[in-house]
Amino acid sequence: METTIGAIVRGDREVFPPYLYSAYRATVARSPGQPLLDVPLTLTELTGPGPAVSEAMELAEIDADLTRNAATGGEALGQRIIVTGRVLDERGEPVPGTLVEIWQTNAAGRYLHRNDQWPAPLDPNFLGMGRCLTDAQGTYRFLTIRPGAYPWRNHPNAWRPSHIHFSLFGPATVSRLVTQMYFPGDPLLSLDPIAQAVPEGARHRLVAVYAHDITEPEWALGYRWDIVLRGAEATPFEV
Amino acid sequence: MLTPSQTVGPFFHIALARVGDGQNVMARPETAGTRVRIEGYVYDGEGAPVTDALIELWQANSYGRYRHPLDQRELPLDPSFTGFGRCATDEAGMFWFETIKPGPVPFDERRLQAPHISVTVFARGLLNHLVTRLYFEDEPANAADPILQLVPEARRRTLIARRVMGASHLTYRFDIRLQGTDETVFFNV
Repeated sequence: METTIGAIVRGDREVFPPYLYSAYRATVARSPGQPLLDVPLTLTELTGPGPAVSEAMELAEIDADLTRNAATGGEALGQRIIVTGRVLDERGEPVPGTLVEIWQTNAAGRYLHRNDQWPAPLDPNFLGMGRCLTDAQGTYRFLTIRPGAYPWRNHPNAWRPSHIHFSLFGPATVSRLVTQMYFPGDPLLSLDPIAQAVPEGARHRLVAVYAHDITEPEWALGYRWDIVLRGAEATPFEV
Repeated sequence: MLTPSQTVGPFFHIALARVGDGQNVMARPETAGTRVRIEGYVYDGEGAPVTDALIELWQANSYGRYRHPLDQRELPLDPSFTGFGRCATDEAGMFWFETIKPGPVPFDERRLQAPHISVTVFARGLLNHLVTRLYFEDEPANAADPILQLVPEARRRTLIARRVMGASHLTYRFDIRLQGTDETVFFNV
């Protein structure tokens, strides 16, 4: 099937996917038809909700433990994994104290969401959502289970690769990122139009690295995945 | 190298917008300013409602101060107001917020921007989010807003929220059209 790749891209064309990528069918009716308007960055874009949201957030350690935060007393089924990494800006500086929110399927590939009705079992001990704040080094850390692949109706025999959704604020409106983390060696990656929409040179940025130094013996396998956000690129004028 | 974006997908509610979490009620009874309700629909290029979108707002408080380390101007912070709101569209494609009208913020040393709210749109089918702004219809400062002036005149109205007459509270309607006729202006920021 021929893929139409649209020309409208937000930000860095070498890194970000285009809005129109016809192999991902839902983009056909939802991608903007008009080019994005270039505008200067004002105080509105250079500030953003990240710091205020972090300040107001009261988190407990359990919020970052998806194996237990369903609070049923039981533990989620599946391969226990540690997912950790640093949130950095494009200068390589850490982004401390920023909120990281994740969501994912259970081990069988089912979301705890009323719109996911494919016949894979639900896990009564798994919600599939977690959050934490990055520490002073910009490090986030989650304990979860490896998500399963799930089928979707984009094209015949379509399956999303195993993935974890990530949402981050960062310091500015322009830092805001929603993305997906994939796992190394997944044969479904090369068949997935959502991942393939990312330009080839940047696609590897979405794939976690197995990290034996993070793996804890008799406990959990470790994956490392660093996330690079746009920082505040300019200082607004002093008033 | 920046981390590329991916779509938010259709199941984000379990993490970002749980039913009844009240993230779209941004103002408390004690929050300073003119209370406004903002409501609208998200439509796709076929005119169909987008029932699985996520809308986020970011705005200054009624004094025109952002709750953010970069904004250290001598204006009060409102302890009951962060300036952030989030709402998932419902089965009709509708979102709503209760907030206060933001005060104007500066554009540069000389000029102010008109009161506005930064709007971010996420959805299945959007590989990257979209950023736009909401301005208020009955606001005289719109005529001199430096960002609005950059928008082609014929498309400017897509950024102006319309006053809803006859509503019991001060209400503005702001629809977002992702594609096609009357497509909302989105910014490259």
